[in-house]
Amino acid sequence: MATEASFEPGKAREHFRAITRDVSWVAEAPKPHKLWLAALGIAVLAFGWGLVSIFHLVTTGIGVWGNSNTVDWAWDITNFVWWIGIGHAGTLISAVLYLTRQHWRVSINRAAEAMTIFAVMCAGLFPLLHTGRPWFAWWMIPHPNDMGSMWPQFRSPLMWDVFAVSTYATTSILFWYMGLVPDLATFRDRCALQGKKVRSVIYGVLSLGWRGSARHWHRYERAYLILAGLATPLVFSVHSVVSFDFATSQLPGWHTTIFPPYFVAGAIFSGFAMVLTLMLPLRYLFNLQHIITQAHVHAMCRIMLATGMMVGLAYGTEFFIAWYSGNAFELFTFRSRAFGPFWWAYFAMVSCNVLVPQFFWSNWVRNNNVLIWILCIFINIGMWFERFVIIATSLSRSFLPSAWSYYHPTKWDVGLFVGTIGLFSMLFLLFFRFVPVIAMSEVKGASPEAHAGGKEGGHH
Amino acid sequence: MSAKHEDPTVVPSGNGNGGEGELYGYLAEYDTPGELKEAARKVKDAGYTEFDCYSPFPVHGIDPAMGIKRTILPLLIFGGGFSGAAGGLLLQWYCNAHAWTWNISGKPTWSIPANIPIAYECAILLSVFTAFFGMWILNKLPQVWHPLFRSDRFLRTTDDGFFLAIDARDRRFDAAKTRSLLQDAGAIAIEDVHHDPDPEKKVMPKWITAFIVASTAFALIPFAIAAKARNSYSPEPHIHIFPDMDFQPYNKSDTTNALFDDGRANRGEVPGTVARNHLQADTTFYNGLEMTGEQGTTTAKWVTGFPAKYPEEGRPFAVDQALLDRGRNRYEIYCSPCHGYDGRGQGMIPTRVAAGGGNWQARNLVEAPQANGAGGVAIQMPNGQLFNTISNGYNTMMGYAAQIPHADRWAIIAYVRALQRAQNASLDDVPADQRGSIR
Repeated sequence: MATEASFEPGKAREHFRAITRDVSWVAEAPKPHKLWLAALGIAVLAFGWGLVSIFHLVTTGIGVWGNSNTVDWAWDITNFVWWIGIGHAGTLISAVLYLTRQHWRVSINRAAEAMTIFAVMCAGLFPLLHTGRPWFAWWMIPHPNDMGSMWPQFRSPLMWDVFAVSTYATTSILFWYMGLVPDLATFRDRCALQGKKVRSVIYGVLSLGWRGSARHWHRYERAYLILAGLATPLVFSVHSVVSFDFATSQLPGWHTTIFPPYFVAGAIFSGFAMVLTLMLPLRYLFNLQHIITQAHVHAMCRIMLATGMMVGLAYGTEFFIAWYSGNAFELFTFRSRAFGPFWWAYFAMVSCNVLVPQFFWSNWVRNNNVLIWILCIFINIGMWFERFVIIATSLSRSFLPSAWSYYHPTKWDVGLFVGTIGLFSMLFLLFFRFVPVIAMSEVKGASPEAHAGGKEGGHH
Repeated sequence: MSAKHEDPTVVPSGNGNGGEGELYGYLAEYDTPGELKEAARKVKDAGYTEFDCYSPFPVHGIDPAMGIKRTILPLLIFGGGFSGAAGGLLLQWYCNAHAWTWNISGKPTWSIPANIPIAYECAILLSVFTAFFGMWILNKLPQVWHPLFRSDRFLRTTDDGFFLAIDARDRRFDAAKTRSLLQDAGAIAIEDVHHDPDPEKKVMPKWITAFIVASTAFALIPFAIAAKARNSYSPEPHIHIFPDMDFQPYNKSDTTNALFDDGRANRGEVPGTVARNHLQADTTFYNGLEMTGEQGTTTAKWVTGFPAKYPEEGRPFAVDQALLDRGRNRYEIYCSPCHGYDGRGQGMIPTRVAAGGGNWQARNLVEAPQANGAGGVAIQMPNGQLFNTISNGYNTMMGYAAQIPHADRWAIIAYVRALQRAQNASLDDVPADQRGSIR
């Protein structure tokens, strides 16, 4: 807790003004950065490819994918779990670190929450399209109907998934929007003072007439604290429920109790890698290094080191239990995971997720942003392979040897996956340009200047 | 510290619009959050209640200084969460245990553990809704037409400004005294803020009201259509937005088709032809019947032995170990559920019927006939009749022609004959050198 600090008259306000200016600059710069434009162009192209893939898929059927009767979950579910895991770092930063009073979170929480929402949007596409007839998705919502009282089966983990993921998406959006309102009000007022009428009206409607009243802040802070308290168990439950999709089945390699914690650790691991993948170039591009400092990067590297080792521990535990349980099917599955037809995927997973984070022990690495970015890309790849390994190896080598097969993706699998990466990047780049990318009000409140003035030896 | 600022920049009549319109109150700006907090304390101590502070971020410790009571919001959120959990459980009970019960491997239709995840998510969802919407409602937001927004200075409150505004409706409000109170508290600027002279702009702008009313009405249209559809009758077929494979260009059986002379969609067999493998001229093998007499005056009787050959393959029919093994394999798959492995009619199905208090038994295939010829129906049946029974059924037994090919039916008959022999055997039937091993 900062103590009462002495500031020259006007100094504290100067500091707050500087924060507003530096963050608003990102949205107010008359011309966007050339690299930003180039990245947006690539993202839109990739998204377009995704749309074509979706069109072909929906009009033809999911036979266009590489899924078969044996490997009936493949890239689609891999991508679903991968995206939803990425989203979890945003909630972790915004809620868990808020509850544990980690003040450094304020510089990255806004962008991380945006990442969460966009990642969940991408994730949601996959199970929706995997149903084959996405126009019947509303059957998953319990509703009175004339089909002989057809109700959802609530004891199915897939139904839990529907509720968990939709609750998570709703909560993330509301939490994010609530945090945005004071900053949107800042944009509104700046636009009004600069005479930008249209923008001022748009930001004005979005900021709901926020005027920074202390009585409003009081309820706002309460609500924010409680939302953080609700989002924390939620984020753990969501990835646990996602892991139940696997763990409650009876397939060797899926039917394990380690899945919920293992999935949650992996989700946080991959999410932080994605945060850094996005923030390292963007903070450079938009000149925010003094707000998102190297200390923040260090903290995220350490979290990746810790969660990466948790994931490594889970890999080891799975193998130990496969041997220790004495279950021939379990042991066979894990042998085939590491040495079977998908050995290359297992190798990629272990090297990216267990070996790569070990670099973060080194202070020199944690100061080398280019290297961190490359390592984070590897972690993103490794976490994708983790989900692929779990799904493809178990399914392709299940109980009946006559059903064994191999899995090859088709160009439509690739197209959809690349399309979601495009959608995600496009939304994130647009967010960076039009929405306050850093929680200005929180950064101001967390700076020493927030305690400026007041009586000498004033009470707290 | 820094208590003595320069004289505050007093804007005599606010808003740069000449101060027309009813006075809303005074707006005082302070340099630091700490000074704002102290000013708030002084204003509260002076007995004012209709005042508020404005800052770019929540100022630490300003709530007690202003005398803000703890909000009721957490309690409401608890209520929301509780209703979410209860509602989630109720929903699952209604859907899966009441309106449509699912019997899955005989598990109970209603058990709490499997319903926890969804109740949990519902609790969180409703808590979140209460927190989010409750906060805005209690704050009386959105409200985009507040008089303070008319002051350009006030717009800096979301940037670097720390303001305290006293409402002119406060019973202690006094033009001179209130101003000097704010000034003594260290204000760096004081401004009068006036309501908009246009009374229309004092309240919610009309176009916002119109928008809300119109969009609400618009949103109700689908529900109105659904309600009408549920309470009215229409001979028209459903609207097929997604046709799926509901409409296919083929004729269902026994319908008309003008393309053919007889007007029928069904096409019969072409006269004088037999479909491949459907000739089945060998009545012994295919029907278990032996034909005697000339064509036109034939009489049929059940075969007592076995066919001489397999008509399709032409190889001779032999009652050997391979045939018995095949027969046993098929018997245990298709016959044993009712007739039992030993043929005594005590398979799993009669056993379960008996367990449920019922009284039904499958035919005892191995029962020996009594001296007067009664009983022992299956033993006394000729092979041909057994074949016919397997093919076409008998009493409550259905025919197995669809499941069991002809050759396998003969193999089963051979095995059943072996069972009948074995179940009624005496020690003399066992070869002398093996009698010791079964005693």
